[in-house]
Parts: sequence; structure tokens; C-alpha cells
Amino acid sequence: MKLTGAEILMECLLEQDTEVIFGYPGGTILNVYDTIVKYRDRIRHYLTAHEQGASHAADGYARSTGKVGVVFSTSGPGATNLTTGVATAYMDSSPVVFISCNVADNLIGKDSFQEVDSTGIMLPITKSNFQVTDVNRLADTVRKAFAIARSGRPGPVFIDILKNVTAETAEYEFIPRKDHKTTGALQTLYERNMADFRIPSIDEEDIDLLVKMIGESKKPMLICGGGVVRGRANEEFDRFANIVDAPTAITVMGGGGIAGRNPHVTGMIGMHGSQASNIACDNCDLLIAVGCRFSDRVALDPESFASQAKIVHIDIDRSEINKNVQTDHHIVGDAKEVLRMLNERLTQQDHTEWKKFVFSHPTETVYEEGGDTLTPKQVCETIARLVPADTIVSTDVGQHQMWAIQHFHFDYPGQLITSGGFGTMGFGLGAAIGAKVGNPDKTVIHIAGDGSFRMNCNELCTEQYYNIPVITFVFDNGTLGMVRQWQNLIYGKNFSETTLDRGPDFVKLAEAYGLHGRRVNNQKDLADAITDALECGEGYVIDCVLDMDEMVRPMVGGGDHITNFMKI
Amino acid sequence: MDKMQDIRRQTLALLVDNEPGVLSQIARLFSRKGYNIEAFAAGPTENPGVTRITIDVLADEPHTELLCNQLRKLYPVHSVKRLNTGNSIYRELMLIKVRADSSERRNDVIQLANIFRAQIIDVSLETLTLGMTGDAEKMDGLENIMNEFEVLEIARTGVVAIERGKATINDKSKESGEFNYGKNVL
Repeated sequence: MKLTGAEILMECLLEQDTEVIFGYPGGTILNVYDTIVKYRDRIRHYLTAHEQGASHAADGYARSTGKVGVVFSTSGPGATNLTTGVATAYMDSSPVVFISCNVADNLIGKDSFQEVDSTGIMLPITKSNFQVTDVNRLADTVRKAFAIARSGRPGPVFIDILKNVTAETAEYEFIPRKDHKTTGALQTLYERNMADFRIPSIDEEDIDLLVKMIGESKKPMLICGGGVVRGRANEEFDRFANIVDAPTAITVMGGGGIAGRNPHVTGMIGMHGSQASNIACDNCDLLIAVGCRFSDRVALDPESFASQAKIVHIDIDRSEINKNVQTDHHIVGDAKEVLRMLNERLTQQDHTEWKKFVFSHPTETVYEEGGDTLTPKQVCETIARLVPADTIVSTDVGQHQMWAIQHFHFDYPGQLITSGGFGTMGFGLGAAIGAKVGNPDKTVIHIAGDGSFRMNCNELCTEQYYNIPVITFVFDNGTLGMVRQWQNLIYGKNFSETTLDRGPDFVKLAEAYGLHGRRVNNQKDLADAITDALECGEGYVIDCVLDMDEMVRPMVGGGDHITNFMKI
Repeated sequence: MDKMQDIRRQTLALLVDNEPGVLSQIARLFSRKGYNIEAFAAGPTENPGVTRITIDVLADEPHTELLCNQLRKLYPVHSVKRLNTGNSIYRELMLIKVRADSSERRNDVIQLANIFRAQIIDVSLETLTLGMTGDAEKMDGLENIMNEFEVLEIARTGVVAIERGKATINDKSKESGEFNYGKNVL
């Protein structure tokens, strides 16, 4: 049947079972927005306050549901406003398809109004990107984009559609998703795969070698990375940790990859890793990292990282092997499948002595109890005590992010939504909105710092308009806490431009947006506020007043040896 | 890994989809990782729709391997192979225009060109233009000699290379299978 480009785009989204779009209209994407109305009963569109908010919302939706997030934006500033969200999704391997329209073909290259080379801008921060200049290629491109976004190591894909393409018509035929591999561009990829190497499988010899290495190891250790979460391999990983009987550290992105209270868990590893994790890493004789890329926040000093250990890297992306840390063995494959194969072949190990040594070091930081003032630890504990166990936690970036990850126990993939790789301040609110849209039955909380919250608090209007009840906790210490911590420790207490002794009043701000707000100074008020927020079922901002000199502990300096803890 | 260790000229051969944007995607990857492309040659292959690119880059062994890995990850890239002088043949085409405005100078240029087996491909009363194929050393040799005259213009294609014997860029290995695992979209 003959359809316009805009209609073909919407039909293709239906092929992908897309239920939700986050977006913002504008001149070049008007044809698409004109068409959206006809699809309202099948695809919901959420209008955000800013394209960046939309990009984070789709990202949060994708991370929490495992589905592909979808974003619409217009050309020029619409596309450039997406970039921070695209890069955030790219660094954390989140499957999001960003769709933007560009000026019509008669205006391309003339520096027209709101024209920008968006595919050029998106090139280094997407898994793949496409410009559609011919309506006959539109459906094929959308199918390919979704397949690439969700396959292998997931990631963002950007599609730029010229405005005239959205108005022109072409023959469209519905093709169910399972048949996409036998049509168009995907068929070419499929046939290339068939001819070149058949459908790839995991190398059994690699698996057997690792089984042998585990059998020989006296002091094994595991790292649970973001790949376990993206691959939804948490049950397999949990079982793997139990069978190998090894201390297991979790990276920032790995939260939820193993049951948070599994007795093998030693807490976070790296710059703000627990003593148990970092000391185990320095003493183990076999380190198995699953879906982790040994970033500079984990392998602080790659040369001395796990220097006594044979390092084994399990990852779906071959280009991560030997990128940051030299490994002794690797297995390329989907974490779920690799771990299943390993679990089948392994016999129960026993490392009681080794675990005794590791767990003689603290797995959680002991913070001093505050007197009259509220401490970050108290805030986290009070929240954890009162909200349901399966609450989804979205964070911004900074001290509050580290405190939240140190204190909460995450049990399933998608329960923790945080910008680990790109470290995007202002990520949390949009992401929480996306997570709530994707998980309407779960409680979603947003942990923010006052600095991060101020960046994108405009999305409170989205929360209010669509009644997406997110509870925001602002860890309000009146400063850019993490930067202040570095200034305190490394820059001789020269607190340059980090003190936030200025508005807005977050309680009044929440009220201005038609939401509830409350400021709390002690645990009792905090508990009351949380109870109230859970009962009222509407958006809520709880401003938790904290001391500005609280620090995240322990801390190892960037590039330092992993057990070289700073004295704080 | 110190970037300054054992830096030498590395040659990479790539097969890529012949699509708009692929060249810039590859070029950007080098600059993004902090490398400058020394020579770049692209052209069609036995396979319509597939372009072969030969890239020369100054890098050490480990970083060359990382660059190859990042290239292999790109969807339009079919295969990447590192070539070296031990296992491969290198060729480049150079066009060089020199001033030769007297019969004496013309004779000198023609004689030298013959020694290098360069061809005279264009002539005017003031100039001679030579064409020559060969490896980089031969190019540099001719260029140095011609500098004795007045060189007006040089155009070089950038080096292309192919493996000796029966080995080809399409050969399968365990490693290529591992990269393709991550690209498996089905």
C-alpha cells in the first residue's frame, strides 16, 4: 500500500512493538507529528521540556525495560540538544533509536534555517547512523537501525530523515520483525554472515580452558560489569558466583547483575570501591571480569591492576579485549550464554580460607552517625527501609551517585539506572521519567545532587503533566560535592566555583511545577516525607539538607594503585 | 603502554561497504584515537559494492592492534588486515612534473627517468611529466634525483598493497569470527 514517509516511519515503529516515543516537535519533523495523531491509540508520545530530557527518558526506558527506546527531534538545535543523551547512551551501551528530521533536499548544504550536519555530529557517539534521502529506503533503514541498536553490544543508532522524504510516498508492506533478516539491508548482512562464518557461536575450547583455570585457582575473584545487566544474565551470574565460590565485586554499571545481598558480593570496585573489593583484586590469582571494560575508574592503574592474577575477560565486544588491560584469556560471547555453558561444566568450588581473608576487610563504608544533621548514609538507609524492595533507583552524577550505589542493594537488571561511563549530570530526572513510563507498577525514585538537579529540573513539568510519580531526593549540600571533595583533597581546599549558595528553593520549585515538595533536616521528617510521597502517588521532591563537607569514602586517586586508599 | 615506543609505519588493508559516509567514519576513527593518516588509497574491488582501502599510519604494535579492533567493530567494515613488507607487495603511482626548458635538460631528465623505469607521459617545451610505479623507497629516490632539476608538481596515489602467495584479506580466522559475533544482528 502507498504511504507517506511519515506513515512508513510510524508503521515501522509498530513492527518493532514500539509503545512509547519521547520527543519534541519542530519545523522539519512537522509531517511526522502531523501523522502521530493517527497512531495515538497504539503509540504514546511524551512531550518533554527539552530534547535532552527526551533523550535521557528514552535511555532510562531502555535500560529499565530492556526494550529499544525511541526519540523524535527536529533538525539543527533539536538534533544538537540530543547529543549529550546520545553520548550517555553510547558510553553505557543502551539501545536507543534517535530519529531526527533534517531540512528538505533542496535546502541541504545551503546553511538553511535549523540545518546542521547531524549525522556528522553523531558519528563518534553512535553505534551506527544513517541519513535517509529516498523514501523507498526508509523502511529498510529503520529496520536495520533497530536491529543494530539491540544486537550484540547494544547502543544508540541515529536516523536523520530529510523533510521531503517524510512527505513523499512509497509502497509499504508490513513485515513482521522475525522476517526482517530476509529482507533488504539486513538480508545482506545475514547472507554475509552465512557465507563468511555461519552464525557465530561461542568457542567451546575457550570455555573448557576457563573451567580448567577455575579448577586450578586458589584465590579467584569475579567482577560483575554492565554487560551482565545489558545481557540480563543476572541469574546465571548469581549461580556462577556461588559455584566458583569467589568474592565478587560490582562496577557502577554492574549494579543489579547479581543479587545485592549474595554473600559473595564485596561491593563496588575501583576509585570508590570497598576495601574488600580492592584488596581482593590486588591479591587474587584469577580475575574473571564479565561485561566490564576495565575503565580508568576501575582499573585505575592498568599496569599494576590485579598484578598477581591471570585476567580473564568475558565480553560480547571483541574490541574491548586487551583495550585497557592486558588479559591472559578471553571468551567472546553473550554473557548469559557463556555463563550458562560455564555453569554446566563447573563443579562446586570451595574457597573458604580466601573468602575469610577478603571478608575480613569491610565491604561497606562505615560512616559516622550525624548528630542533629542528616548524613547521606541515614538518607539512603531511611529510603531503603521505607520504599518497596524492587524500587527502581535512578541517579544523577556525583557524590550522591556513589552513596546511593554504596548503600542500596540492587537485585535485578534495570533496578539501578545511572550514567556510569559518560558521567552526565542532569541524567537522573529524565531517566527516572522514562523508567516510570516503562514500569508503571514499580516505585521509581530519583537520587540527585543539588548541582545535578538544577541542570535538568525543567522535566518536572513532564512529570506533572503526564502524572508520572517520581520521588526525587535532592542530596542538598549546597555545593558540587564531588568536585569539592577533589578540591579538598587534591587542590589544597581551593573551593573555586563549586559553592552553590544560590536559588532556587527546591520546595517552591516543585510547587511551581504543580508537584509536592518538602525540606527535611532530620531522619524523622525524612521518614514522614517518604511515607507521604508514597501515599500521595504524585511527583514529589524531598530536599535533604546535608553538610557540605561530607565525603565519599574510601577513595583511591585516579591512576593510583588500587589499594592506595587516601586518608580521609 | 607508551605511545612513543617502537613507532613505525604500519599498513592496514580494509574491505568496506561502498556507501556515503564510510570514508569519513574511518578517517574520524583515526583522529578520534589520536592518529594521523600518513597515506590513504581507496578503490573498487572484484566485488561490486565493496571498496578496498589501504591506510598507512605511524603507530606502535599494540596501538595498531587496537586501531584494527576498533575498525573491525564498524558495521560497514568487512575485514581488516595488517600487512608488512615481509609478506606483502607494495605499489604506488607517482606523477612528477619537472622544468626541462632546454634540450640538454630534457635529455638529462629522460636518461634518469629511464634508469628508474619511469615513463614520460607528457611533454611541453618547458616541462616533462614522468609517471612511475613502485614502492615508497623508489618514489623517494626519483623525487630526490628530480629535485636537482626544478620540480613543479608531484601527485602520489598513496600506497596499495597485497599479500604474497595464496593468502587473501578474506581469509577466515578465529579472531574474525569473534568480531563477527558482536556484529551479529539476527
